[in-house]
Amino acid sequence: MSDSTSPILTADGTPLKAKLAQTTRRLRIKALLLTLPLVIFIIITFVLPIGQMLYRSVHNPTGIMVTPNFAEAIQEWDGEGLPDDRFVEIFVKDLALAKKNREIGKTVGNLATRVNYEIPGSRSLITSTARKAKNIKEGPYLDALIKINKKWENPAMWLTLQRASKEYTASFYLAALDRKYDDKGDIVMADELYQIYIPILMKTLWLSAVITLLCFILAYPVSYLLSTLPMKTSNLLMILVLLPFWTSLLVRTTAWIAMLQTEGIVNDFMVFLGVIGDDGRIQMIYNMTGTIIAMVHILLPFMILPLYSVMKTIPPSYMRAAKSMGASTTYAFTKVYFPQTIPGIAAGTLLVFILAIGYYITPALVGGNDGLLISNLIAGHIKSTLNWSLGAALGTILLAVVLVFYWVYNKLVGVDNLKFG
Amino acid sequence: MKKIAFFKRPGTWVLLALTLGIFLLTQSFGVALVFFLTFGAPLYFMEDLPAYATTMDKIGKYIFLLICALIFLFLITPILIIIPLSFNAEPYFTFTEGMLSLDPSAYSLRWYADIFRFGMLEPDGVTNWWSDMWDNATWVRAARNSFFIAILSTIIATFFGTLAALGLSRPEMPYRAAITSLLISPMIVPLVITATGMFFFYSQKDLFPFFPDGLAKTYFGIILAHATLGIPFVIITVTATLSGFDRSLIRASQGLGASGTTTFFKVIMPLILPGMISGALFAFITSMDEVVAVIFLADVDQRTIPRQMFSGIREQISPTILAVATILVVISVGLLSMLEILRRRSERLRGLAPQ
Repeated sequence: MSDSTSPILTADGTPLKAKLAQTTRRLRIKALLLTLPLVIFIIITFVLPIGQMLYRSVHNPTGIMVTPNFAEAIQEWDGEGLPDDRFVEIFVKDLALAKKNREIGKTVGNLATRVNYEIPGSRSLITSTARKAKNIKEGPYLDALIKINKKWENPAMWLTLQRASKEYTASFYLAALDRKYDDKGDIVMADELYQIYIPILMKTLWLSAVITLLCFILAYPVSYLLSTLPMKTSNLLMILVLLPFWTSLLVRTTAWIAMLQTEGIVNDFMVFLGVIGDDGRIQMIYNMTGTIIAMVHILLPFMILPLYSVMKTIPPSYMRAAKSMGASTTYAFTKVYFPQTIPGIAAGTLLVFILAIGYYITPALVGGNDGLLISNLIAGHIKSTLNWSLGAALGTILLAVVLVFYWVYNKLVGVDNLKFG
Repeated sequence: MKKIAFFKRPGTWVLLALTLGIFLLTQSFGVALVFFLTFGAPLYFMEDLPAYATTMDKIGKYIFLLICALIFLFLITPILIIIPLSFNAEPYFTFTEGMLSLDPSAYSLRWYADIFRFGMLEPDGVTNWWSDMWDNATWVRAARNSFFIAILSTIIATFFGTLAALGLSRPEMPYRAAITSLLISPMIVPLVITATGMFFFYSQKDLFPFFPDGLAKTYFGIILAHATLGIPFVIITVTATLSGFDRSLIRASQGLGASGTTTFFKVIMPLILPGMISGALFAFITSMDEVVAVIFLADVDQRTIPRQMFSGIREQISPTILAVATILVVISVGLLSMLEILRRRSERLRGLAPQ
């Protein structure tokens, strides 16, 4: 019996609108609650660790840890010329104390390593000065230091110490981008000899692009064939795509070593056919060629599967219609068929490119020296040279590049459309 | 488009003649077989050209099929080639003269025996051979680690992943796109970055309950890492299964008086089970194949099969690795068949089966 002015009520007397909003809210919360455990899990095991990496790439605790009083005092210095003797006095005392205490993570060696990142060759300067620091009893302290080593006359040394004493720094990003501070504290390009990271990053992007292109060229005809064959045959041929997809990465890398090494099957076969002589065997592995071949093989299924799933939805009658209206095969293909496969191409190329940029295992095993990618350098800094902050900075740059492409992928394709097998 | 029998086509006879010629020329059975399969397979698939196709069309089609055959050859050869190589009697990565002439003495199982013997205290001992093998053989220990880590991380990934996928596929789910991309991101972010972050985070002392020395160099740390990497696969497969899920079945069940739990176990679960199992298989294989996180997080005691292969390839490359690789290929064939059966079952259940 509701008239038009009073709201419609449910059985328990609440307005229908409110009841609906309440129910929807409950359903939304229910759905959220189902995903909540995993979101928390991913935050703990994945997001926080990556956050830690980001933090490490700017965090710069060494100066504050090793020479705490100096670190606080030196921030007042204006950076002109050489610092006043009062700063130097605190520095000498802090250094002597650090030398005496030898606490883990607060040793003179830590500071020496940190400064050495920015001024190569200054490691021994700091350690040897620290050894003699306790003998410096009175000022002028700066002259005493210069007596120990001429390098203390260099203002760049003190500027570096001042930078090493700040809690947060951009130094590691500068190093990761082949830049450094000059003697006046301005940012300049590093010497040509020390420019490694930008060339490697460029090479990684370029190699990934080449690999993606090769994957596309190889995947397109195969996907087309698979999508046009009858279901039964294409399922059978699909095994040839899925078996490599399911085989361990290391197995496939090993297989390529067996195939491509100088005494390997491909070389043997070519010698057997007489294409090359026995002494003219080609070096195809432990270099860039090996990396490209192995990575194309490993990533090819990631291109074939999305292409195939798009091509399967294109009715063959479209091509027949174009041809019956007089289009040549090439014209019909470029104007009718190809444009419809673009979503699959976008999905496949972006996926392969994203996966290729971050590849580590295959280049590490078959890359030799010139097939190494940015990931290998990051792993090197974390595992062997132990310059963790620089490793973290390089990792953050790589992550930023990948996330840009992931964002594009999300916009163009959507993560919901990822499928396997 | 009448199908002409394979052996009634003129091309077949040309091919057979060429194959015979090549066999006589090279005296090699293998080369002739590869030639016949590579050039014969496209011929076999030539059948469906319409009657009005010109000779150029036919040649074009044949070349297209030949290119496809070569690409398939590129895909499958490396995987098939390691199987005979693993039976090599010599410590080489290539076919010996004896192997090519099918001399039985050129083949042996020594590298398979080596899987069990390598690292044992007394490989030729009589007493306690089995316990020695179980406790000390390097590859056996790696396999035990691999299975232990993979099974536990699969359970974690499947449980959390399925739960989340159930939430994500509900129509009223808020922030679906953002949450999905967050949960899929472990698959997209390069492994080196993930492993670096985990290395920093898990190495912290006094942060984790029960693990005062941090999670790095513990089984639990690696299991968590592998579960994280497997989760995207579970989410993708289970959401895909749920996308064809008829939600009116849930209402029907509720309408007939079933409780939420009954509905889940009697209606939803049987329908999404194939998706869950294939997601679990993906998570399992991801963990079994994962090496970067293990390199960054594991101690020597926690070496897995891929980790052992990685150092094997770098340090002392021997055909034992090929034997291990062959076993892994056999395992992946098994998993692949299982997945295919599940896929068909799922399609049948959802009424999507072709024909």
